Amino acid sequence: MLNFVLLVLIYTVIYSFMALGQNVITGYGGMLSLCQAGFFAIGSYTTGILCTKCGWNFWPTLIVGMLFAALLGVLIGLPTLRLKGDYLAIATLGLGEIIKNVINNWQSLTNGPMGIQRIPMVKVFGLTINPYNNKLGFLVLSGCILLICCLFLSRFIKTRTGRALEAVREDELAALSSGINSTVYKIMAFAIGASFAAIGGSLYSVLTLSISPGTYTFMMSVMVLCMVVLGGMGNILGVLLGAFIIQLISYLPDLTNLSSVIPPQCKEILFGVILVVMMIFRPEGILGRPKRQVLSEVGVMGAERFHTFKKIGRGFKKIGSKFRKKGGRV
Amino acid sequence: MSEFFQHFINGITLGGVYALVALGYTMVYGILKFINFAHGDILMWASYVGLFTYNAIRGSHPTGAFSVFAFFVAMILAALFSSVLGMTIEKIAYKPLRKAVRLAPLLSAIGVSYILSNTAQLFFGAHSRKLEYPFDNTPITGAGGISITPHQILILVVSGVTMVLLMLFVNKTRLGKAMRATSLDQDASSLMGINVNNIISLTFAIGSALAAIGGMLVSLDFKVYATMGTMLGLKAFVAAVVGGIGSIPGAMVGGLLLGLLETFGVALLRIPLGYKDTIAFVVLIIILIVRPSGILGKNIREKV
Repeated sequence: MLNFVLLVLIYTVIYSFMALGQNVITGYGGMLSLCQAGFFAIGSYTTGILCTKCGWNFWPTLIVGMLFAALLGVLIGLPTLRLKGDYLAIATLGLGEIIKNVINNWQSLTNGPMGIQRIPMVKVFGLTINPYNNKLGFLVLSGCILLICCLFLSRFIKTRTGRALEAVREDELAALSSGINSTVYKIMAFAIGASFAAIGGSLYSVLTLSISPGTYTFMMSVMVLCMVVLGGMGNILGVLLGAFIIQLISYLPDLTNLSSVIPPQCKEILFGVILVVMMIFRPEGILGRPKRQVLSEVGVMGAERFHTFKKIGRGFKKIGSKFRKKGGRV
Repeated sequence: MSEFFQHFINGITLGGVYALVALGYTMVYGILKFINFAHGDILMWASYVGLFTYNAIRGSHPTGAFSVFAFFVAMILAALFSSVLGMTIEKIAYKPLRKAVRLAPLLSAIGVSYILSNTAQLFFGAHSRKLEYPFDNTPITGAGGISITPHQILILVVSGVTMVLLMLFVNKTRLGKAMRATSLDQDASSLMGINVNNIISLTFAIGSALAAIGGMLVSLDFKVYATMGTMLGLKAFVAAVVGGIGSIPGAMVGGLLLGLLETFGVALLRIPLGYKDTIAFVVLIIILIVRPSGILGKNIREKV
C-alpha cells in the first residue's frame, strides 16, 4: 500500500514536469500545444539511447535531452508561432505523431516498437537509486529536481521576460506596440515548456528502466492538458495539485481493487468531461483566482454610454424640478 | 505515363474524401474562428451509425442493387445523425464559450473529441469492423491499362455531387448568403436580421453531415474503429489550411492536392510507407512558412 502511494506520488512528480511545461506554454504564453508527450518521448529516448549505447551517465543525458527538445520546439515554433490563430495546436499535434512515427520506424537507433531495455539506474553522489526497492529515494530525487524547476518558474515569471510573455498573452497587439517582439517570447516559452517535458521523460526512463513507443500517446498530452486546466492555468501550485488529482483518478481503480469492474475508458471520458466542464464553469481552475474584469471594447463603450444616459437623465430631472418650481413656466 | 494516371486517380479519390472532411473544418473556422477538434470523432460516430444501419437494412442480401440502396439509406441516416450530434455538441460545449478567451473553446473541443472517441471505444470495443462492399469491387481496366475500382467511382461521384450541391447552396440560396454574411461579420449580420445562432447550428449540421458522408466512403476501404477519425481529421484540417482556411473552394482544392501529394509521395518519391502520415504535416509546415493564408485564402491585413 505504501509502495503504491509512493508510486502515485512519483508519477505525479514526473507528470508535473510535463504539466509545468504545458503551463509555461498555455498558462503564461496563452498558446495551445498538444505535444508534451512527444517532448517527453524525446527526453526518454535521449536518456535511454545515450545511457545504453554510449554508456553515458544519467545527468549529462538529462541536459542533452532538454536541449534537444528545446531545439525541436524552436524548429516547430518558428513557422507556426509567427502566425495568428491556432495553427500551433495542429502543428504540435502533428509533431507528436511524427515523433512517434520516427521512433517506431527508426529501427537502428530506437529499436522500433520493441523499445529500449536495461537502462542503467541513476546514480547520485555514488549512490545508486534502484526505483524498484528504493521508491522513497527516487521520489526525493525527482522531488528535488521538481522543486528547482518550480523555483525557476516562480522567479522566471517575475522577470522582464516573464512579464513580457504575459503581456503577449493578454493582448498581443498592445504588447507589440509596446515594443515587445511577441514571436521571440512565444518561441522562448515554447522551448522552455518542451525542455521541461524532456526532464520528465529522462526521469521516466530511469524509473521504468525500459521504454517503448507505446507510452507516448496523444492521451498523455491530453492528460497533461487536463492537469493544467484543472489546477489552474498560470498557477504553479495549481498545476501540481492538478497533476496529483489526475494521477489519483487514474490510479484509483487499482488502489481500490476495482480495476476489473471499471473499464479504463471511464477515466478517459472523465478527463474529457473535466476539460469541457472546467472551461464552461471555472476556466481559471481550482486554485486560480477569477480574472479581474477587464472592460472589453464593448464594455467601455457601454459604460460611457451609460454614463451619458445618466447625465442626460440628471439634466431632465433638473429641468423638471425647475419646471415644477416655476409653476409650469420655464 | 499510364502509371502516372493510375496514381492520379488514386490520389484524387483519396483527396475527394479529405476535401469532404476539410469542408467541415473550414466552414466552422470561417464562422467561429476556431478548430473543431471533435470533427474527426463526429465522423467516426457517424460511420458507426452508418455501419450498423447498413448491416441491419442489407441483412444477408448479396452485392447488387439492393445493397447499394441500403448503403445510400445508411449514408443519409448517418448524415442526419451526425448533423444532430454536431448541433448538440455546439449547443452544449461551444456556445457558452463564444465570448470567452480564444483558448477556451479549443480546450473544450479537445475534451469533446476525447469523450466521443472513448465512449465509442466503451460501447463498440477496440476492434475494428469492416463495412462490406455493396457492389462487386473488381477493378475495371480502361484504356492504357489504367484501372479504377467501382469504389473509387463511387467516391468521385458522391463527393463531386456533394461539393457541387454545397457550392450551389452557399452561393445561390438565401441561407447560404446568410452564412457567408455571418462569417464576414457576426454583429453586422445579426443587425441585418440574421439569426446568427441558427446559422451557426446550420453550419455545424452541414459540416458534420459532410463528415458523415466522407466517413461512410472511407469505411468501405479502411475499417471502422474508435480512433479512425483522428488521423483523417488531422489530415483534413491540413487540407483546409493548405487550401486557405475559411474558404470553401480552398478546402476542396486543398483536399485534392493533399490526396495527390500523399499518393505521389509514396508511389513516385519512394517515401517509406511508415512515414506516409508524416507527409501531411511536412506539407502543413511548408505551407505555413511559404503562404500562411493558403492557396485560395485571402491575405487579410490585421486591423487595429
